[in-house]
Amino acid sequence: MDLYEYQAKDLFAAHDVPVLPGDVASTPAEAKAIAERFGQTVVVKAQVKTGGRGKAGGVKLAESPDETEAKAEAILGLDIKGHVVHRVLVTPASDIAEEYYFSFLLDRANRTFLAMASVEGGMDIEEVAATKPEALAKVPVDAVKGVDRAKADEIVAAAKFPAEVADQVAEVVVKLWETFVREDATLVEVNPLVRDPEGRIVALDGKVTLDENASFRHPDHEALVDKQAEDPLEAKAKAKNLNYVKLDGQVGIIGNGAGLVMSTLDVVAYAGEKHNGVKPANFLDIGGGASAEVMANGLDIILHDPDVRSVFVNVFGGITACDAVANGIVKALEILGDEATKPLVVRLDGNNVEEGRRILADANHPLVTVVDTMDNAADKAAELAAAGV
Amino acid sequence: MAIFINKDSKVIVQGMTGAEGTKHTKRMLASGTTIVGGVNPRKAGEKVDFDGNVLPVFGTVTEAMEATGANVTVIFVPPAFAKAAVVEAIDAGIELAVVITEGIPVHDTAAFWAHAVATGNKTRIIGPNCPGLISPGQSNAGIIPANISGAGKIGLVSKSGTLTYQMMYELRDFGFSTAIGIGGDPIIGTTHIDALAAFEADPDTAAIVMIGEIGGDAEERAAAYIKDNVTKPVVGYVAGFTAPEGKTMGHAGAIVSGSAGTAQAKKEALEAAGVKVGKTPSETAALMREIMQSIG
Repeated sequence: MDLYEYQAKDLFAAHDVPVLPGDVASTPAEAKAIAERFGQTVVVKAQVKTGGRGKAGGVKLAESPDETEAKAEAILGLDIKGHVVHRVLVTPASDIAEEYYFSFLLDRANRTFLAMASVEGGMDIEEVAATKPEALAKVPVDAVKGVDRAKADEIVAAAKFPAEVADQVAEVVVKLWETFVREDATLVEVNPLVRDPEGRIVALDGKVTLDENASFRHPDHEALVDKQAEDPLEAKAKAKNLNYVKLDGQVGIIGNGAGLVMSTLDVVAYAGEKHNGVKPANFLDIGGGASAEVMANGLDIILHDPDVRSVFVNVFGGITACDAVANGIVKALEILGDEATKPLVVRLDGNNVEEGRRILADANHPLVTVVDTMDNAADKAAELAAAGV
Repeated sequence: MAIFINKDSKVIVQGMTGAEGTKHTKRMLASGTTIVGGVNPRKAGEKVDFDGNVLPVFGTVTEAMEATGANVTVIFVPPAFAKAAVVEAIDAGIELAVVITEGIPVHDTAAFWAHAVATGNKTRIIGPNCPGLISPGQSNAGIIPANISGAGKIGLVSKSGTLTYQMMYELRDFGFSTAIGIGGDPIIGTTHIDALAAFEADPDTAAIVMIGEIGGDAEERAAAYIKDNVTKPVVGYVAGFTAPEGKTMGHAGAIVSGSAGTAQAKKEALEAAGVKVGKTPSETAALMREIMQSIG
């Protein structure tokens, strides 16, 4: 789960990483009130989970409360790369002497963590990495040993931080590591980390990604979920413990196993090239041991997606038996009754497939077509979706 | 021969007495795996009857190994306790630990991996969040259904469980030396490259199917490895061409970040290494079918 800047900074503050004070507003009037409280020039920053806010007009300086209100008015509702701004962070403007870059992240290739640091901060770090790789220090971090002061000194030296800030930066690096470990983050990024004219080191921006697999030991992380920004179907699926991602096509997809479902999306997209360009409408993995109830929940989500014109149920019975899946489909259609109005193409293979196909044949539901292979079923589902468009 | 497990493998199950552990211990036994016991410190000394197969429960992996000569452990313990279970297996010095558990925090996986490295990499780790591996007719360590395909000369390595099953099903008339699911988490023990190296060295494997998916650059690195080190024919498949940027697709590691980790980049890297890449699972199977027919 990616956090907003203000949430990231709250976590930083909780772990003693120096940040500027600030408050979040969801209306121009609230932004104005915050600026009045600070009584100085402020920065109004769009809170979106994407980069390039500045270029998109999402970060503005405001010298008075009235100007803050006007700037907030302009920023709220902006669409930045598909992310609509619902909140702005209002924070005192600070003078900057120097800008640096710092992050801790997962290094998948080396199966460990990595510290990345540069004294050329403030800009797009991917650009620094591409054009001036020598300016970006990458220091592997052992997951067991972690980052103590000595390790932090090593990182700071590798990035060639100026001597006068080295101590302070190393202290901040240790605090950022504590944030990374104690919050079970997979990314903690500060860009820019700045030195102000008084020589203090401050995290001026913050980006944090939390590991959702670790939520069992972080009950407080639930409060960081932005319910307002969640797709309603995604939220509904999550509440039912389903692994669902909304996409922008017309063929609803249900399958078992993440790899098979990803593959199903691709096969449907290829089939769609011959059928008016229809595409998959979603990713939905009902898991390895899917029961009738899970199938019913999955169909319920997908049949309530107004974009869906046809549904492709693609199951390989491994641990799950196909007869259980078939019973799930029949039961789900019974539960849904008249609400089920879209054609279903079903492909079953594997464990107990004959019994599964027999159950569907016996039920003889007018909406259900059973097709024998994944490719042919994808083609049929795409054809039905195209006919329904 | 097969890779990593064979008819001589003696398997213990950590978490054997839990719901998943019980279900899959039964299935592994039914497919002919030599299972010699389970581990659960709270039930040490008890015996569990699996349809006539009575297995002892040990308090620790070390005790189980001493009493039975076990060399493989399959781990089903819940995410919160998985790190301790894997560390225990490593400290006991077992040859192979297959971590089936899904949902382990990545900091925990990074920690047990670092522990394995620090103690000399004596234990091969497969997973986590994987279906395990099967050498058909010899041993089955994990949750791959044993009845999909019999033994043969194809080696299969995949990030995904159900795509492993699908591919085994498509090529069941040829059969497999070993099929191994390495898992879909961002950090995993055994990689595509490790499996490719083992298949290359295995006299019973004639050709290799490699299945990848979006996220990370394991497939790109495997492509570079194949180019320099693998002489046996390799056919590839990559899932997730239609996955949007920034969304996790089921597997914790399956995410396109910015321009990194796309299926297209993986496909191109594999093709540049001389690997034939299928557009769909069935096309991939057809490519392998041609190779197997030409090998004869």
